[in-house]
Order: sequence, then structure tokens, then C-alpha cells
Amino acid sequence: MNANTATPAKTKLRVATTSLAGCFGCHMSFLDIDERILQLVELVEFDRSPITDIKHCGPCDLGIIEGGVCNAENVHVLHEFRKNCKILVAMGACAVNGGLPAQRNHLDLRDILEEVYQTEPGLTHGGIPNDPELPLPLNKVHPIHEVVKIDYFLPGCPPPADAIWKFLTDLLAGRTPHLGHGLLHYD
Amino acid sequence: MPDAPEKTIAAVLARHKGDGTRLMQILREVQEELGWLAPETITEIARGIGWPRARVEGTAAFYSFFHTRPRGKYCVLWSDNITDRMLGNRDLMLALCKKLWLEPARLSEDGLVSVNTTSCTGMCDQGPAVLVNYRAITRMTPERVDQMAELIRNQVPLDEWPADWFRVEDNIRRKDALLDHGLVPGEALAAAMEKGSKAFLDEVKASGLRGRGGAGFTTGMKWEICRDAPGSAHYVVCNADEGEPGTFKDRVLLTSYADLVFEGMTLAGYAVGAQKGLLYLRGEYRYMKDALEAVLARRRGEKLLGSRILDKDFTFDIEIHFGAGAYICGEESALIESLEGKPGRPRIRPPFPVTRGYLDQPTTVNNVETLAASCLVARHGGAWYAKLGTAKSAGTKLMSVSGDVERPGIYEYPYGVTVAQILADAGARDTQAVQVSGPSGVCVAAEEFGRRICFEDIPTAGAFMVFDESRDMFEVARNFAHFFAHESCGFCTPCRVGTQVVARLMDKLAENHGSPYDIDEMFKMHRLMQGASHCGLGNSACNPLFDTLNKFRPAYERRLKSLEYEPAFDLDAALSQARQMTRRDDAGAHLSNED
Ligand SMILES: Cc1cc2nc3c(=O)[nH]c(=O)nc-3n(C[C@H](O)[C@H](O)[C@H](O)COP(=O)(O)O)c2cc1C
Ligand code: SF4
Ligand code: SF4
Repeated sequence: MNANTATPAKTKLRVATTSLAGCFGCHMSFLDIDERILQLVELVEFDRSPITDIKHCGPCDLGIIEGGVCNAENVHVLHEFRKNCKILVAMGACAVNGGLPAQRNHLDLRDILEEVYQTEPGLTHGGIPNDPELPLPLNKVHPIHEVVKIDYFLPGCPPPADAIWKFLTDLLAGRTPHLGHGLLHYD
Repeated sequence: MPDAPEKTIAAVLARHKGDGTRLMQILREVQEELGWLAPETITEIARGIGWPRARVEGTAAFYSFFHTRPRGKYCVLWSDNITDRMLGNRDLMLALCKKLWLEPARLSEDGLVSVNTTSCTGMCDQGPAVLVNYRAITRMTPERVDQMAELIRNQVPLDEWPADWFRVEDNIRRKDALLDHGLVPGEALAAAMEKGSKAFLDEVKASGLRGRGGAGFTTGMKWEICRDAPGSAHYVVCNADEGEPGTFKDRVLLTSYADLVFEGMTLAGYAVGAQKGLLYLRGEYRYMKDALEAVLARRRGEKLLGSRILDKDFTFDIEIHFGAGAYICGEESALIESLEGKPGRPRIRPPFPVTRGYLDQPTTVNNVETLAASCLVARHGGAWYAKLGTAKSAGTKLMSVSGDVERPGIYEYPYGVTVAQILADAGARDTQAVQVSGPSGVCVAAEEFGRRICFEDIPTAGAFMVFDESRDMFEVARNFAHFFAHESCGFCTPCRVGTQVVARLMDKLAENHGSPYDIDEMFKMHRLMQGASHCGLGNSACNPLFDTLNKFRPAYERRLKSLEYEPAFDLDAALSQARQMTRRDDAGAHLSNED
């Protein structure tokens, strides 16, 4: 490596990621950056993330959220991320808009619970679970920016690995992320 | 006994010779007979004009006044401009709904009646206004609401409702050169034809007359480009869409100065070499149809329209087309699309309508007032006209004054009049702000009342809505945000999505969930939409927001819940249904914004 006295020794940026009401598809797409992950770990260190299995988030430079907010626990996790991350990114359609899980929004939650746990034939009717250990579902599924301030949005379902890579390298280099032509499309 | 639907449709199609470019008129006339546009009706019309069914459906679905679902025998639409709100339209609407056992925007179960809101109907000086089956009713009161509920319940035909309700006043408060024109029908036309078309056009150029529809393009130049553009036919279109909330001067011109407007169209036809003029009248003004047709018929009889006008070699006639409740059709290229039977989506320009407009031919689109004013130029000459007003704004301007004033109505002034002067004349007191030129115009605060109405300072299409100190300027801006969200034609993403985002952010603030981040976000939207929208609607949709945020910021800040980010909804309340179903009330069954 070039030892250049003008650039101070780089401290690695800390990054945390999580999946809320999502399908992990965005994280899978993230892993699709393939061998570039070796370049990435030169630059960053992972805090709380499915990759590390760290359970709680410490102070971080960057937090990446997949999935929308569908239950009380999602809200807690999101608060924890916002409190600890200088920059918070919504990754993928579910985080940005609510996405697929928000398809339940045109149904009444009470009807859903009743049908699934009490009336629908063919399902076991154990009653609606009410163990305090379980997080309660919200009346509606929300995009994450409706709960905390989000600094950047990375659209796609999932965003392609190249888009994630471009987005992250922009951010890490201090540039405002810009996907540009080819990485931002409708299908 | 009404005819079978097929017969009705066949008769309308025959009247329009199966011409698809007349689809707007065909749909309106069929709907007037049949109540709504059923799928079979659309199919039948498509067959009759030889268009794919999807295109006919596309047009029918685009316009708010076309119904592709059963609409009820009585369709009551409350004008929802901010001036109607200030006159208490919301309470009246809810009272009517209550009397009819009805929720707003829902068809009653017996299919009898629906009650909803619509964008400004141009009756701001005599609101609260409604449209019942697209007929305008002014000055609604609680008593009228009671009576209306009775009439509807008893299924009394509209023609038997109190005639007084349908009375629309001119409310002309101040006249100047235009409203005091003193011309007899044909006088201006005779003067122009005496000079010859080229010389008359030169007079128009010399007059400095500029468009009154908003953009202020020089009329003489527009006509000259149109005249010089090659084409198999030339057209004159009079833009009477008058959709900008708070504007109603074109209504008054067409009510009491129709001769002047038609004569202006004829003059334009003479100048550009057109044989046909189209008056595009907003659907809200449907009630004027018979009176206007009568004026046209009389003018034909007087040889002021038709072939060999004034016994000279000049042929010109005028036809009236109706819009169907789409503000965007005031934009000239969207208007032309609509005239051709299509959804009103602005075209990509260039080419501009002056070279390729209606049916791809050179077309001059002018505002009602511009055309009327051209009569003065014809009669008195360009130099005479140029002396009125200011250096860059020749002539006079009609202002539609409404809101918190003693004497709302039409005021005509030479250009250059101050805002303060208009306020004084209209009897405004304790004025906080004036929204000039409607939601897409400018919001003028008290310290700026010395500013002048003219192209050099505050250009305007004529709306002048006054707000006194008791009004909440945030609510004014929120009303406008919803107007644009409703009226965006949906063609381009920045405006389609942006207007919705802004409306939702404004609602978030209104519900006291706002934070400074939301205000930042609105500024971002403003910049984005101004730069990236396809037409003027999107470009100016955030103007009221931007102005009020700059000039009345505390009206927004008062509403902020905190300086931290605030969720868009109540977190704890969002668990209510799950709590109810699980009967849980432990700590884990609650949420707050701080963890
Ligand atoms: C969204 C939008 C709405 C408009 N509405 C009207 C209108 O209702 N009446 C009008 O005369 N011009 C309206 N205009 C301006 C027209 O596009 C056009 O400039 C005008 O009719 C030209 O006539 P003028 O030169 O006589 O002003 C609108 C423009 C935009 C962008
Ligand atoms: S955006 Fe698509 S891939 Fe990502 S979590 Fe949602 S559904 Fe899965
Ligand atoms: S700016 Fe708005 S109204 Fe204009 S074309 Fe785009 S979507 Fe339609």
C-alpha cells in the first residue's frame, strides 16, 4: 500500500443492517456484490447485522434498513438504529413504501387475526396469541420514514447488487449517492 | 318515455357525424340523456366513431365530470375553493349529508343521490357554490340545504327547483375601457375589415396587447406567427376553461359581453386567416349554453358570422365545445387534445400550437379577455390602446375579487394599479394577505401591498383572493396543495407523485405530527417539481407553499409537534386493534416515540 502522509490512517466506518417487515431479499441482493465484499470490509466494520449476529446496535456511521414497519418490535429496532446511526438508509421497496407486506393494509387487522386464528377452516384454532413476549402487529404496515427520519432511499425490489454497491461506495466516499441511468429502472 | 339507450346514442352520434374528434361532446350529450356512461354505452360509442374501445374509455375516465359508474339521480358537488371554505361550505355539505343519511363521496344505497366536492366552480364572489347535475347554484345557506334535502328526497326535477337558486350575478364593481366599451356589435369588425387584415394585425402589434390567460405572450406576435405558419386550415381557439381557483371574470364576459368575445374571435380569425373558431368552455359553465348559442345565431343573422361576413370575402364561424371538469385543460396544448376528443394531457412542445395545434394545423389559443380587448384595438387603433396602462402592460385588466372583502366581484383597472388600491375599493379590512392569480400565482403579504398589478411586477390571470387576519395561511396553502394533487393529469412522475407527497405532508402538519424535517422535504419537492415537471401545473404547484413558507412561516411552525423528527401517525394508537383482539395491556403492548 502507498503510505501517503497527506492522508491520515483511515478508521473503518461502522455499519449496521437489519431486516424489519421484509423478506431478506434485499440482504441477499446485498451479498450478491460477491467478491466486492472483500473491498467493502477494507472500508467498513459491521455492527448489528444478520451477518454478525450482534443483537444490539452501538454507535454507527451508517445504518441500512430492509423492510417496512409492521409491529411494535420493528418500531423499537428502528428507534435503536436512528439513535445510533449518523446516516440511515431505507433499502428496497418495503422500507421505502411498505411494499409487499403493506398489501394487508386494505384489510382490517381484526378481521385478519380472527380469520387466521379463529374461523378459517383448515387452520388450527389456537386462539389469537397474546403472549407478552410476542410483538403486537400495528393496525397498518408503514414505510420506515413514517416512523423515523430517513436520510437516503434506495429503491428496488430488491435493489440490484450493482445499485447497492454504487450507493454504498458513494456514501463511503462522502458523495451524495446517485444511481443514475441503468441502475434505476422500473422492471 | 325516454328512448332506448341505443337510440339515444345513435342520435347523438348522428348529430356529430360519428366524428371521433368530437368525443368530448358526444360523451357529455350521451351522459346528459342516460345519466352515466355504462360499459355498453362506451362500446357503442367506440363502434360509432370507429375508435378502439380503450381510447374512448381513456377519455371517459380522464375527466371528473364523466361517470363510468352509476352516479345517482342527483349528483351534488360542492365547490371546494378556499373562498367556499371560508364561507362555510364544509359544514353545509356535512349538514346536507346528514339530512340525506349519507356519507360524502358515497352513492346513497337507493342510488338516488351522491354528495361530494369539486374544484373551484368560478362562483367565488357568490359562494358557497354547488353544482347539481352540473348546473350551478350559488349562495348556499343552511335554509337552502334543508330545502335541497327535501327536494331531493321528494325527487323533484331540477327544473322545478327555485329559479332564484340558479341566478348567477355579474357583480361588476368597477368599469374601465373594456367594460365601458360603448361598441355596437360589428363596429370593431367593420373597422378592422376597413383596414384590411395585414394592417389590422399591425395595429394589434402596435397596441402592445398581451395575453390575459397568464403567460402574457404578445398577442400580435402570436397571431402573426400563426398567420405565417403553413397549413391547410387555421384555427382560433378561445380559452374559456377558467379553471384557476378564484378566477371568474371570463364567466362575466361571456354572460354580459358575449358579443365582444365572439367579435374578438372573429377578429382573430380575420387576422390569422382562419375560418373556424372554437370556444372551449369549462363544463362548470354549461348553464350558459343556450344564451351563447342565441348570441351566435343572432350574429349569423347580422352577417357578423358565416360566409361573406359584412358582405366581404371573409368566412368565419364559431362552435362551442365543453370541457368536463379538468383544470389542466386550461393549458393550451391539453385544451387542444381535449378538443380532439382525447384526455387533456399537455403535448410535448415544440411544436407549439401556433404552428401545429388543433388537428395539427396552425392554431391561436387566446384567453376570453384577450380576445374581447382586441375589439378595442380594432375600433380605436393600436396607439390609442398602448397609452392605457403601463409601459410593458398595455390596457386594462379584469380582477376577480373574492374572500374577505365587503364587495366581492369584478373590478376593471388600467394596468399598474396597486394591490392596496384594489383592497380599498373592495372594502377589505385587516388584510393579512392576497393570493394573486390563484394557487399558481403569488401570495402577497401586507408589507407588499404597494406592489402593482402589471407584467412588470405582479402578472396575473385575474384572481384576487383576500384573506384577513383571522385566516390561517397554512390552511390556505393546504387547500391549494390538495387542489393540485387532485388536478395533476398524472402524465409525468415529478408532478403526479410530488403533488401527492406535498398534500400528505401538509396533512401531517395539519394533524400536528409535523417536524422541521417535513418542511425541508417540502422545499425539496418544490425545487424538484419546478425543475422536472412537464408543464406549468407541476412547475407552479408548490408556489403557494413556497410563498406561505417564506412569508407566513410561523403558521407552519405553530403546528410542529417538536423539533425532533415526528412519526406520521400515532404509534401507540396503531396498536389499538391488536390490543383489542389479544386483550393485552402490558408494557409491551404500548409504544411511544422515545424508547
Ligand atoms: C395549468 C395551466 C392552466 C391554465 N389555465 C388557463 C385558463 O383557464 N384560461 C386561460 O386563458 N389560460 C390558461 N392557461 C394559459 C394557456 O396555456 C395559454 O397560455 C393561454 O390561454 C393563452 O392565451 P393568452 O395569450 O390570451 O393569454 C393555463 C396554463 C396552465 C399551465
Ligand atoms: S424490497 Fe423486495 S426484496 Fe426487499 S425485503 Fe421487500 S420484498 Fe424483499
Ligand atoms: S406537470 Fe402535472 S399536469 Fe403537467 S403534464 Fe406533468 S403530471 Fe400533467
